[in-house]
Amino acid sequence: MNLLDLFGYLIDLLAVLLLALGLKGLSNVRSARSANGLAALAMGLAVIGLLLQEQPSLTGWLWIAVGTAVGGLLGLITARRVPMTAMPETVALFNGCGGMASLLVAMAVALYDSGEADLVAKVSIVISVFVGAITFTGSIAAMGKLQGWLGTPSWTQSSVRHGVNIALAIAALVSAIYLPADPTGSPLWLLLVASSLLGIGVTLPIGGADMPVVISLLNSYSGVAAAAAGFVVGSQLLIVAGAMVGAAGLILTQVMCTGMNRSLVSVLFGGALGGSAHVGGGGDEAGYTRIVSCSAEECAMALETAERVVFVPGYGLAVAQAQHALRELSKLLEAKGAEVSYAIHPVAGRMPGHMNVLLAEADVPYEQLLEMETINPEFPRTDVVIVLGANDVVNPDAKNDPQSPLYGMPVLEVDQARQVFVVKRSMGAGYAGIKNALFELPQTAMVFGDAKAVLQQLCSEVRSAG
Amino acid sequence: MSSLSQALWVLLLGSLLGLELIGKVPPTLHTPLMSGANAISGITVLASITLITKADGNPALLILGSVSLGFALFNVIGGFLVTDRMLAMFSRKKSGGGR
Repeated sequence: MNLLDLFGYLIDLLAVLLLALGLKGLSNVRSARSANGLAALAMGLAVIGLLLQEQPSLTGWLWIAVGTAVGGLLGLITARRVPMTAMPETVALFNGCGGMASLLVAMAVALYDSGEADLVAKVSIVISVFVGAITFTGSIAAMGKLQGWLGTPSWTQSSVRHGVNIALAIAALVSAIYLPADPTGSPLWLLLVASSLLGIGVTLPIGGADMPVVISLLNSYSGVAAAAAGFVVGSQLLIVAGAMVGAAGLILTQVMCTGMNRSLVSVLFGGALGGSAHVGGGGDEAGYTRIVSCSAEECAMALETAERVVFVPGYGLAVAQAQHALRELSKLLEAKGAEVSYAIHPVAGRMPGHMNVLLAEADVPYEQLLEMETINPEFPRTDVVIVLGANDVVNPDAKNDPQSPLYGMPVLEVDQARQVFVVKRSMGAGYAGIKNALFELPQTAMVFGDAKAVLQQLCSEVRSAG
Repeated sequence: MSSLSQALWVLLLGSLLGLELIGKVPPTLHTPLMSGANAISGITVLASITLITKADGNPALLILGSVSLGFALFNVIGGFLVTDRMLAMFSRKKSGGGR
């Protein structure tokens, strides 16, 4: 070991330390941004440390530069360009590429560098290919579903899919068993194909509402894939960082499931919530009997006299890009002396925390975003609640009706407020396809229209009245 | 074999560390945290670089290494930047009261 090597090892250790501190800091609002920078710094250090130890040749440098330029540039552009509303699919895309990288490394070693590979290396290659392929195809399928490119085929809602997935899993297992005997032959390719299809087969049946959980789980997988790649190339830093992300991702997945009152098992194997009978039935007015609808003017009149207003933003708000109009309206109401706050359900938006990001983008003060536990006791003394593109998270059936599929899910108790306006495009069902008892309550009125258009109308009404 | 047992210890301790680090996370931060952790999982860049440096002139290894480096760096750079973009929105609220 020469001095340069020693220096490289020390940098490695420092990188692990900074990565751990970064991951820890990311779970606290105050430190999150600097923690993210710290983690990025750690990554840079790790790369420098590796280059010091490995000392690539001129050809090596060339190929490193090519990969760096292409990947880095594309990453830079994507991160800059992507709209905040598309965050879940962006994370899925990045994640899939991470899985792909681990997969390629393992394939490359298996095909061209397995000369001195022992059993450990072969097992690592199997794990890396298996998990990497699932991460890649699963993430891309998740992204496709979130973007609306992929639907939920009807066969995936029947028990056929379990048969298909089990067959794929068995194929992967068999090829994994035969791979050590024939490291470059057909078992490797069978493993690759079976794992890739398995990733799609597992992700495709899952409904849109559960997709964040899946992405979080796939994120955990990409950590596992990185750790496996660490075994393949013999890098302890890679193992430790991959294991860290894998474990942290599992915890995060668990936290998200708890917030949505879903178990991981039912997300993965239960199919789209609401059962096959409801799927695809876009939903119309069927089932609702006592719906009162009102115009934006009437809603504005109620707002003008209200002293305490709570907005409940949901994914519909994000889709309509209405967060800026919402901020505008709340400024007007505050100018009139009303107390305005925002009730944020843990899974508002399409990912936990997604709504906070979107509202922060529209300059909503952080203190006005209230979490469910804080805001629920406040609803009885709230004059007007405006629900914007949220549905299942305000469904009182989750508390009252043990028959409801939502029963037990923590919800915002907006039915306690004096007056509730629900801004909605149509009477279509929510993600879960479940009837919402809130809409039929006597204090509830529906304001039909696009969230942004309605909010702008409300703004001009309130402005002209004052 | 000692290097294997060493690697397994590293795996075990790394996993335990990951379990401990994410204890209580406010829901606000779930999305940025997922995105940040995702960027870290792009640490596979190290494997890609190792592949290239150990390629010994084998063109297949060089190309596969370079492609996987591209994928991994896409993950890393994109992931960290997008996380920063999200978190910048929170921190602006705290300091930028005068705006």
